[in-house]
Amino acid sequence: MTPEETIARALHALPSPPTGWVEAAKALPAARRELDSLLERLERDEALRERAVADLEAMLRAEGVEPTPVVRAHLRRRLAP
Amino acid sequence: MDAASDAQLVAGCRAGEQAAWEALIDRYARYVYAIAGRVYRLPPPDAEDVFQEVFARIFERLGSLRDDASLRPWIAQTARNCSIDALRRSSRESLVDELPEMVDERLAELDEALTVDAALDGLSPDCREILDRFFRRDESYHTISAALELPSGTVASRIARCLAKLRDVLEPGRKETVPPSGEKVGEQR
Repeated sequence: MTPEETIARALHALPSPPTGWVEAAKALPAARRELDSLLERLERDEALRERAVADLEAMLRAEGVEPTPVVRAHLRRRLAP
Repeated sequence: MDAASDAQLVAGCRAGEQAAWEALIDRYARYVYAIAGRVYRLPPPDAEDVFQEVFARIFERLGSLRDDASLRPWIAQTARNCSIDALRRSSRESLVDELPEMVDERLAELDEALTVDAALDGLSPDCREILDRFFRRDESYHTISAALELPSGTVASRIARCLAKLRDVLEPGRKETVPPSGEKVGEQR
């Protein structure tokens, strides 16, 4: 194998992930700020908290937050008694 | 931000700089994707969950990283842990015990690949783009030719020239040698 072929193989070993995954990861700081704001409201607003416990995904969608697996897991951890 | 060290990126992220966070993602997205998809062979939905979970943990715990320069091994370990968790959640838990030896070998290969990947920053934008399209996005000569408005034969020779330049970046003391065509380094797609 020539050095160029070795380099080519190395480049091929790291394929590009789907663009949407990368964009979602880049948007994480903004999403986290949005979540922190939502968590503050959840602490103050009992009705909102009940909606979150009853159907977390529906509550997130109603509040304009995409219920990705990471968002759901993060909120469940924070809402756990 | 492209040429920033890992320690500089970590410092920027801690300071709340969005550009630093995006540069960190650009630097390590392919690495994390390869660990989940190629090393642990997770199907796309599980690989996506791992991909997002890894960067969520990195974001949350950047403040606890003791040595800012050790970002790469920290990301690798986090990606391993998340991938193993995903395997355990799936019906393929038995793979967790079968994988360790192969995993270490594949991760070492990915570390080498990441070094080559970083060297791409030393190339012109044209070279970066054509190598990215051919090797990382698996685009055919035909697709690249159409996208970049180049004759197919030029695509092959440009890939070869850019690979030779990349070798020069990786081996700065070496005398530059540019191969005449791309046929030796990449199969025609």
